[in-house]
Parts: sequence; C-alpha cells; structure tokens
Amino acid sequence: MADSGVVTVYGNGAIYETTKKSPFSVKVGLAQMLRGGVIMDVVTPDQARIAEEAGACAVMALERVPADIRSQGGVARMSDPQLIKQIKNSVTIPVMAKARIGHFVEAQILEAIGVDYVDESEVLTLADEENHINKHNFRVPFVCGCRNLGEALRRIREGAAMIRTKGEAGTGNVVEAVRHVRSVMGDIRVLRNMDDDEVFTFAKKIAAPYDLVMQTKQLGRLPVVQFAAGGVATPADAALMMQLGCDGVFVGSGVFKSGDPVRRARAIVQAVTNYSDPDVLAEVSCGLGEAMVGINLNDEKVERYANRSE
Amino acid sequence: MVVGVLALQGSFNEHIAVLRRLGVKGVEIKKPEQLDNVSSLIIPGGESTTMAKLAEFHKLFPALREFVKMGKPVWGTCAGLIFLADKAVGQKQGGQELVGGLDCTVHRNFFGSQIQSFEADVSVPELASKEGGPETFRGVFIRAPAILEVGPEVEVLADYLVPSNKVLYSSSTVEIQEENSTPEKKVIVAVKQGSLLGTAFHPELTADTRWHSYFLKMAGEVGGGASSSSIVAVGEEDPGLNQQSKIDLPVFQ
Repeated sequence: MADSGVVTVYGNGAIYETTKKSPFSVKVGLAQMLRGGVIMDVVTPDQARIAEEAGACAVMALERVPADIRSQGGVARMSDPQLIKQIKNSVTIPVMAKARIGHFVEAQILEAIGVDYVDESEVLTLADEENHINKHNFRVPFVCGCRNLGEALRRIREGAAMIRTKGEAGTGNVVEAVRHVRSVMGDIRVLRNMDDDEVFTFAKKIAAPYDLVMQTKQLGRLPVVQFAAGGVATPADAALMMQLGCDGVFVGSGVFKSGDPVRRARAIVQAVTNYSDPDVLAEVSCGLGEAMVGINLNDEKVERYANRSE
Repeated sequence: MVVGVLALQGSFNEHIAVLRRLGVKGVEIKKPEQLDNVSSLIIPGGESTTMAKLAEFHKLFPALREFVKMGKPVWGTCAGLIFLADKAVGQKQGGQELVGGLDCTVHRNFFGSQIQSFEADVSVPELASKEGGPETFRGVFIRAPAILEVGPEVEVLADYLVPSNKVLYSSSTVEIQEENSTPEKKVIVAVKQGSLLGTAFHPELTADTRWHSYFLKMAGEVGGGASSSSIVAVGEEDPGLNQQSKIDLPVFQ
C-alpha cells in the first residue's frame, strides 16, 4: 500500500460533470451505495418483495427475464411503465429498468416514471446499431455493459455512472462473465505496469479516451463501480465474481428460474457479503434445490447478446 | 487506533479509505464477535433494508445494541443513521429491524428516488468550530433519509432547508406511517447524542475529512489509550484472504 496517501479526485476533465442538477457525484454515489450487494431481475411485484426480503440491494424490473427472452425470441423492448411502477410501489430498495441500446426516448420515459437507475442493455433488441444513448443528457444515472476495458471506458465517457461486465445473460453459464471480468481486470493490470509514454498507443488500441485510460492507470481500477452480470446462477458463481474483483453482482434468470427462489436469493446475497469466507459459502450453498438448467454456449444456435454492441 | 466499519454492504470501502487517509486503520466487521475487538464503529451508507436483512442473517443486532448501550462511539451515515434511530418511518412492508439508541424519528428515503438525489452545501457551525475549515460542508444526499424529530438530549449539528418544490413524497407508494403528513420545511441532517453521531449525507464520498476526524476525536475521548493492546490483535487475527484490500474509487472534491 505504497500509495495510501494518494487522494484521487473526480473532475480533472476525466469525467466531467455536465448538468448542475444531477452532478456525477450523485450518479456514482448511488452505485457506491450498492457496492457489495446483489441486484436481481424481477418480473412481478411479488418477486420484487422476495428479492427485498432476501437482501437484494436493488431490483431490475422486467417483463421477461433474459432466459425467457432467449427461448421466446422476438423483439425485446422496454417493459411496460405500468409494471415498473407497480414494482416500484411494492419495495423500498432502488428499482432499475432496462432501455434498448441507443433508444433515448425509452430512457426519457424511464426517467419520467422515476426509476433509480437505467440499464442500457444488450439483452434487449438494439434500437441503434451505431450509437449509444448520450447519458450526460439525463438526470437519472445509467449502468452499461462491457466486455473489455475499452468498451467500459467508452461507456463511461458517454456518461455511464456504473459498469457491469456483460457475461451471457439468460444462459446460467458463468463462463462469459468470467471471460469479460478477466479481460477488464487483465487490461488494467497491463495498464498499471505500462510506461506513461505507451499509454497513448494503448488508448488508441483499445479505442478509449486517453484521459480515462490514464485515470484508470492511476487508480488501478475502473473509475466507476463495476458489477458482474450474465450467467450467475449459484452462490459460488457470485462469490467467484467478487473474488475476481467486482464490486457486486447482477443475478438475472438465476434466481427465479431455479427450484427455490427464496432460499437461492438469500444464499446468493450472503455469498456476496462473505465472498472470501469458504466456510460461509459452503454453508449457504447447501440444499438450495435445483439451479436453473443453463445453456451450453458451444451450441452455435445460441445467440451471443454480449456481441450485439461495441 | 482501530475503527470498526460494519461491512455488510454499501460504502464501507469508502469509509476505510477515508480513515486510511487520516492515518487510522479501519477494520471490516461482519460477525458479532469482531465487535469485541474495536472500541468504536462506523455504520456506512448503503441500502438500509439490505443491511438490516444481512445484519439479521448474521445475528448482529444484539451485539450492535450492546455496543451502543456500552456507550462506545458509533457513527451512522445515511443507512447507518436509520440503523441508529429509535424510530423510522417509510419502511418496507413489515418494517425493518433497527439498532436504536438515537432519540429521534428518521424518515427513510425522505427526499424520494434517485432523481431527487442532490448535493448541497450544508451549514455546519459545530463542525467548523471544532475542526476548522469552511462553514459549510458539501453534503451528498443519495436517496437520503432526514430526521423529522429529535429528543431533548440530541444535539443538532446541521439542518437543511428543503426548497418547497423539492418536497415530494414520490414514495407515497411506500406506506408512510406518519400521522401528520405535511412536510416540514426544515429537516435535520446531522445529529449527536452522547457517543452517537448520525449524518443523513455521505462524508465518505467527498474529499473533506472533517466529519471523520470529528468522529475520531469523539472516539478518542471515550476510548482512551488503554484498549490499544487488545486492538493490535485484530490485524493479526484477520486471515490474509480478507485483507486483499480493494482499491478505492476516486472521491469528489
């Protein structure tokens, strides 16, 4: 801990604060309050209450969980605002909702109904294949997905106040989540050991803004809160993500597609809190009933949601 | 000097980082027995519902109440303030367990959802007189609670004048178990009662460390140097696995 005295400060041009109304500190602040927590996908107010009782730190209000989007196909859009409102009314914890990538009007609607966080998500069908939402224009904070460091920093530059590594949603297979977390963390480790002169070319190579790359190098981590997502189905999966260095975990289909959602939800929450204590992990992993079935990603028919956006 | 930080969920890393900047070691508290090794405690911000659930799972409430009862210094920020309050309104269905000790009524999530979260310069005369520096403190209010009423023994350290357009009970959704629902104009956002300190905002998110040094002085007054020998043991007991310290996020100045 040689650099323990160093205070790093936001706002040296790295991530600028746009509107006075909702400064970046307030947007990042909520994400910081979610650290060490589990965010669960729910489709009904009852499920939201189960998640709250289990100790989830936020819920993601959806019409269909990713596993169902996968099996049913068709265009996946923003959920009915009525449903989101009902879920919001049923719990006290923050409520997130998904908007399609690039669909800034869906985001405006979500902001208008007062969701706490908008997830610009590749799990929904793309609305714009080229551009993401300019998230600086909103007072509501955004969370965005990434597969690697460059993608994460591009999203942060667009105004995302929280990052989740993508994984492969709705598969119950954690392999892609591990790949993406490893990729981000590995790139940061490479960056940390890099000579300052080489950072310019590195920024070009990963197609990320230089100032954010440099800030990441100085910090030794992403400059915003980073959660893991996509394919987390067991307490062990969740603890794995935490030990790899994430600040928290999104669990999508993993809870409510399993045999005993109540116990599994609670077990995953406890696993995240005690992620480095194998004794507790063993205890909470016992007798949880059936996990979600899961999908083998070697099957070529499985669409890769993570690759939908850059 | 070692300060315990309740590390169930939320901004405990941030608190430990601020303590480190002040040259003080913060240790994570996740189990009741770990409380025996510290003489003061910070309950961080986070989702109070979540933290209450986790504290229940970890059977921490009796130990926390005992800790407060023994007169050891405890500081709650945001969710931690809700923990310390004797009474909280606007809770989830079925309510949530509290530690109590601070004679006041807290409205959980008073300001509404994230859209209503804000930053404000809060006037802090008491803090400024003890710690110096400017008369105001940059308070970051994230889905923050507010203190509606305080008992006679509670010292008010800061209050906040709510702009009339900001008082919206958008959380009318959540049952507000309040009798008189006319929102007051001025709410209390920082209090002290004996060895208990509570702030509705998050000093751990900004660069100004005055609240932390204020609390450390409170802890110093009570704890004294006598307990330092038992404190050293904490660091040694911690298995290496827990000590892979996380790198901090930047802070706002």
